[in-house]
Amino acid sequence: MSQPITPWQTVGPFFGVLLRHDRVVPAALEAPGPRIGIRGVVRDGAGAPVPDAMLEFWQPDATGHWAHPDDSRKPADGFGGYSRGSTDAEGCFSLDTIRPGETPGPDGTTQAAHLLVGLFARGLFTRLVTRIYLGDAPGLEADPVLRRVPAGRRATLIATLDGDGVYVHDLYLQGPMETVFFDV
Amino acid sequence: MFTYRRPDPATLPPNNHPPYRSTALRHPREPLVVVPQTLSELTGPVYEHQAPGPLDHDLTRQHPGTPLGERIVVAGRVLDDSERPVSDTVVEVWQANAAGRYAHHADTHDAPVDPNFSGAGRVRTDGAGWFRFVTIKPGAYPWQNHENAWRPAHIHFSVFGPSFLTRLVTQMYFPGDPLLALDPIFKAVPDAGARQRLVAGFDLELTEPGLALGYRFDIVLRGAHATPMET
Repeated sequence: MSQPITPWQTVGPFFGVLLRHDRVVPAALEAPGPRIGIRGVVRDGAGAPVPDAMLEFWQPDATGHWAHPDDSRKPADGFGGYSRGSTDAEGCFSLDTIRPGETPGPDGTTQAAHLLVGLFARGLFTRLVTRIYLGDAPGLEADPVLRRVPAGRRATLIATLDGDGVYVHDLYLQGPMETVFFDV
Repeated sequence: MFTYRRPDPATLPPNNHPPYRSTALRHPREPLVVVPQTLSELTGPVYEHQAPGPLDHDLTRQHPGTPLGERIVVAGRVLDDSERPVSDTVVEVWQANAAGRYAHHADTHDAPVDPNFSGAGRVRTDGAGWFRFVTIKPGAYPWQNHENAWRPAHIHFSVFGPSFLTRLVTQMYFPGDPLLALDPIFKAVPDAGARQRLVAGFDLELTEPGLALGYRFDIVLRGAHATPMET
């Protein structure tokens, strides 16, 4: 018989108190691989920017290896794969990292290059989980997770290359362009 | 291969919860898309945080002076849903000071800032899943949700666990607080028993003689189970 898990509560508006003391190494920039940037805005159901969202990113290295004991393939030296930050007063977020590689999916499939995103905010009790796929990456058509998403909504998971390694990708909590969030 | 059991919905506050006004424009209206747990989710940031510093667990000793307020010990175990200890995982806290004010520019509550209290802490659990913080009991504070709205005293908790799927952010409350019955955030947890897990227990064993009252707060994360891969 399993124990019920501790319930979630909102991160609230003041998590900056915690992040200010962060010693998280941002985004593994010392590891080998092409540098990319991801820029975007988090918006609510009225289209207004969300200036108090916390974002967490989790990704493999440029060869698709994860910095975790359950991935026996070792990641590149100096690679961590986790970063976090908050949106600014205009609701903008920005991540500088290395380009994630393709990584194994279920049943022998291959997952296209992506980052996992955890989104937290005042007004959200739980973390919302989504992914950012890179728009120019191969294998998007065959990606085992994207294939689960209704075709008309897949674009909300795919960042657009905006020149020189920079991708743009806005996150919509609600509304006609609502981002796909996962139950995983 | 293993997977993580999905949480019992009775433990999950609904993201659309009108009594908590800010949820109105921030909750997704489309259903969440069910996807398999892949290597992406079954891994997670277990190495990222550098070793917490020697005073990161003691929020009363992070400045030259002593913060005002009632000193307390908050300790507990991090367990998975099979009651196995989650060892060597990072537990973080942040909170208001004794007057109910956060050391944060966006907090405009007319209560004093305490120059000796930042209100953030971090530890790793030991081999049996234990963590322990020394801090100041946070004050209640007003918020704008409804007429005469006050948040009960609480400490925010952030726990990582062994994978992306074990992540938990929650709030710990204090026993006997009359504001709990009025708080739309606490009350949003559907199941009364699950809700009660958010209330710490007074614990004489954790109480330090002559120093600080002790509160016990155990945390249960999603657990990994040897099951066929969900598809």
